[in-house]
Amino acid sequence: MTDQEILAGLAEIIDEVAGVPADEVTPDKNFVDDLDIDSLSMVEIAVAAQDKFGVEIPDEQLKDLKTVQDVVNFVSKNS
Amino acid sequence: MPGSRVLAFGGYQPDKVVTNDDLANIVETNDEWIRSRVGIASRRVAAEDETVADMAEAAGAKALAASGLEPPAIDLVIVATCSPRVPLPNVAATVAYRLGIVAPGAYDLNAACAGFCYAMATASDAVRAGSARNVLVIGAEKMTDWLDWTDRSTCIIFADGAGAAVVGPVPDGEPSGIGPVVWGSAGDLADKITIREDNRAIRQDGQAVFRWATTALHPVALEACARAGVSPADLTAFIPHQANLRIIEAIARKLGIPRERVADDIVHAGNTSSASIPLALSRMAEQGRLEPGTPALLIGFGAGLSYAAQVITVP
Repeated sequence: MTDQEILAGLAEIIDEVAGVPADEVTPDKNFVDDLDIDSLSMVEIAVAAQDKFGVEIPDEQLKDLKTVQDVVNFVSKNS
Repeated sequence: MPGSRVLAFGGYQPDKVVTNDDLANIVETNDEWIRSRVGIASRRVAAEDETVADMAEAAGAKALAASGLEPPAIDLVIVATCSPRVPLPNVAATVAYRLGIVAPGAYDLNAACAGFCYAMATASDAVRAGSARNVLVIGAEKMTDWLDWTDRSTCIIFADGAGAAVVGPVPDGEPSGIGPVVWGSAGDLADKITIREDNRAIRQDGQAVFRWATTALHPVALEACARAGVSPADLTAFIPHQANLRIIEAIARKLGIPRERVADDIVHAGNTSSASIPLALSRMAEQGRLEPGTPALLIGFGAGLSYAAQVITVP
């Protein structure tokens, strides 16, 4: 899967979980500061990402994933 | 085997209302944070001298009155609770005595926040097996006795209250009004919700519980529907344990149940553990949000971790 495909998939998830329009989900965006996504929504995003990409993001890793690019990198590296 | 059904509900909440602003005076928190993370606007807290048995009695009396049965018609009383101040005597026998139910079988059941659904299932089985005619099932909790009021991750969530249901047989030939229970536990996650021995206060790993609740429970709910022969689309009400509005919404979304059919009693009741489901049912009945004769799905989940779900026919 290319980074672009992961980004598109992630944008869909974020729209569904947090109601953030997909076009706002760009690589440099910080979840908390830019997208107003809190820790519980991050858990939901992680769970949905597992379903979609087959990559488990444990809670301990999750707290280090601050930006959209961080998640794309994590999924890319672990898929 | 004869069928069982729910005859009536009743709920009781203590008088004292504690708002988020009240809590912001005790711990570092605020109304917006609590509303957005757990969905609670206010909760009820029992008086210092008000016990689990007092609240159980109040809710039980209402359910009994609503059922139209006289106390002697009840021959089993089950109280789901995890929060009495002392383990002996049990709550059920005291409550039965106070309600004028003479010498019934009486026991407490601890499956924490899943307790009411466990008690409902065992009550239904007792009726069907013939070991009881009518059963008074109560969920009653004084969670605030077990809180560290300096722990802002728990003291904003838990609250007090009680709810009850009367379970009895269905007339011959009619289908059962309580579907097969789907229950289970995840003891490997036991340390995620505990009462610490040192300060006797509830401690919870909120993120881990949230992850578990939003992934493990909707399959349980779907299985309960399947075993009852009901499609989620047919449910007129969904009453999950009122743990956290975000968990409730996530499960409802996965089941495709529209929001107006989903109990949101947590907003003004807080998390009352085993009392939350019957309290929410009582409130929805009062508000005219329940349609008699139609299927409603209950699912309880919490410490253990333990969980249970069943479809009931709304009385």
